Amino acid sequence: MAKITLDHIRHAYATAPRGEDTQYALKELNHDWTDGGAFALLGPSGCGKTTLLNVISGLITPTEGRILFDGEDVTHLPPEARNIAQVFQFPVVYDTMTVADNLAFPLRNRGVPADKVKSRVADILDMLDLTGLADRKAHSLTADLKQKISLGRGMIREDVSAILFDEPLTVIDPHLKWQLRSQLKKLHRELSTTMVYVTHDQTEALTFADKVVVMLAGEVIQVGTPEELFSQPEHTFVGYFIGSPGMNVIPVTIDGVHAKLGEHTVDIGGAVDAPASAQMALGVRPEYVRLGDEGLAFQVDRVDDVGREKIVHGRISGNKVSAILGEDDTVPTDPKATFMPQGINVYANERRVEVRR
Amino acid sequence: MTKTYNNKAWFLVLPVLFLVAMNAVIPLMTVVNYSLQETFGDNLFFWAGTANYEAVLSSERFHTALLRQFIFTFTILAIEIPLGVAIALAMPKSGPWASVCLVLMALPLLIPWNVVGAMWNIFSLPDIGLLGWSLNSLAGAISSLLNLPPDQALTFNYTNQIGSAWFVVILMDVWHWTSLVVLLAYAGLRSIDDAYYRAAKIDGASRWAVFRYIQLPKMRQVLIIAVLLRFIDSFIVYTEPFVLTGGGPGNATTFLSIDLVKSALGEFNLGYAAAMSVIYFLISLFVCWLFYTLMTQSDAKREYEQ
Repeated sequence: MAKITLDHIRHAYATAPRGEDTQYALKELNHDWTDGGAFALLGPSGCGKTTLLNVISGLITPTEGRILFDGEDVTHLPPEARNIAQVFQFPVVYDTMTVADNLAFPLRNRGVPADKVKSRVADILDMLDLTGLADRKAHSLTADLKQKISLGRGMIREDVSAILFDEPLTVIDPHLKWQLRSQLKKLHRELSTTMVYVTHDQTEALTFADKVVVMLAGEVIQVGTPEELFSQPEHTFVGYFIGSPGMNVIPVTIDGVHAKLGEHTVDIGGAVDAPASAQMALGVRPEYVRLGDEGLAFQVDRVDDVGREKIVHGRISGNKVSAILGEDDTVPTDPKATFMPQGINVYANERRVEVRR
Repeated sequence: MTKTYNNKAWFLVLPVLFLVAMNAVIPLMTVVNYSLQETFGDNLFFWAGTANYEAVLSSERFHTALLRQFIFTFTILAIEIPLGVAIALAMPKSGPWASVCLVLMALPLLIPWNVVGAMWNIFSLPDIGLLGWSLNSLAGAISSLLNLPPDQALTFNYTNQIGSAWFVVILMDVWHWTSLVVLLAYAGLRSIDDAYYRAAKIDGASRWAVFRYIQLPKMRQVLIIAVLLRFIDSFIVYTEPFVLTGGGPGNATTFLSIDLVKSALGEFNLGYAAAMSVIYFLISLFVCWLFYTLMTQSDAKREYEQ
């Protein structure tokens, strides 16, 4: 268990061009991950989240910067010396070993006494419901059972600084995903080991983590609790990426306490500080868009009934906007949209700016 | 639903049947035919029954040739398989040097067999061959270092020393064929996903454990193929040792195939040689089957256990 500090980390792969225009897979990162927290690295494919994870695990040495575990510099230590565990996207099992031997492998390699290994393996087998398969050879198991073994190998050592998960549930059936995710969550509460979980699935990230780190194009754009990511996305991408459907981003011009949207005017409740040249936009989650008889003219394109609610896709002054209605609500014949004041965020050049109320 | 019975499709098998008959069945049957008869030329044949087979099986000469053959084959297998795996492990995984290594490795495989024999013949000559001369000089140096009397001085001459001849024959085969094992093992190694090595690092596995639990199991299939190919090729080897030593000195490197050719063409003992061919064929077939069964059996057993 350890606090992980990323001190001005930057990384470019060897094949990337160097010099002024070096293309960094990871842009400068400065960050503290508290001891015992559950973190999720969330972002689309290719945003650098796996690179960051490999930097932490030691499979990659960053081009610049330092990485510290509990204040101790581990930048140049190999993975085995960092005392971390990692679970990969695709199952890795040792084919010729039994399930139990697979789990025991990391312990035996470190010379843990045999009786200790045995009891620990039994614990993990029990936790993952694999007890019945303990003596089976691993190579004949299905992909999700193999991945369970990989998860088990990641969790078998009690003294690890951190457990890193690299999209571990990609190959798992949806109904098992829920089960394994809650097992992981429970495990985190029991062991209170620092856990870092990489995923591109917002549901996984939001349900697993206390803090979610959202990445885009090699950059961390927001670190926050699931609640913060939902109500105050620091970047339009966060608003768009988290939530289903994502946040509506509507380009506007700001005039004092008002936002001008075509011929319409929206009261934003206060003034904002933003350079005059900045591209301004309002961010409003569909949950905060109300459809009624007054407000901005809303032209309906399509209504999706997703069971417990209706998602109305439409346009305000030509900008795409979606709204969420209750399952029993009906769309008015000539709908007008209003934005609930607590749900309005203002963005300048994609970044959120504070409204002085 | 009624099935239509139409056996005309059998005719489609005819071309293959014809080909197999022409290049395998008929020649083999000719040999079987010879093996049951005795001839003294003039195309006159006399029925001999199993006499030729009895003669081969009770022949001292056949027994020693067979023994030599097995010693040769198992020696080169014991050297080439581990050596090939070791070289494959040491080769770079990617980049220009990987290609350079692959080309260098493939070179010996491209040389015609009789050229290989001739090359090593000259290379190993004790007076003018680079290898032979070097070994001879080395032996001389060691002799004088040990103060050996002139009549006991060490020398290297594969044309009249049994040990030297075996040394060169085996070295030649290792040089010629280890590459095949290397290429197969290398292909097996390259197919292992990087995630295995990363996981092994994180699990704290030693280099030996990585080899034992990741690389060796993943190479299993290609190594079975390598062992089978090398067994068959070395068991029926003829050209290279024939060109190198001609089976000598004496009969020291007369392997089965060389002995067979001596009987058939040298001594014109057609019936005996034909019987020997059939026995030779059955032995290689049996040993191949034995190898294959033993090596795949543990797989089958593993499946069965589950």
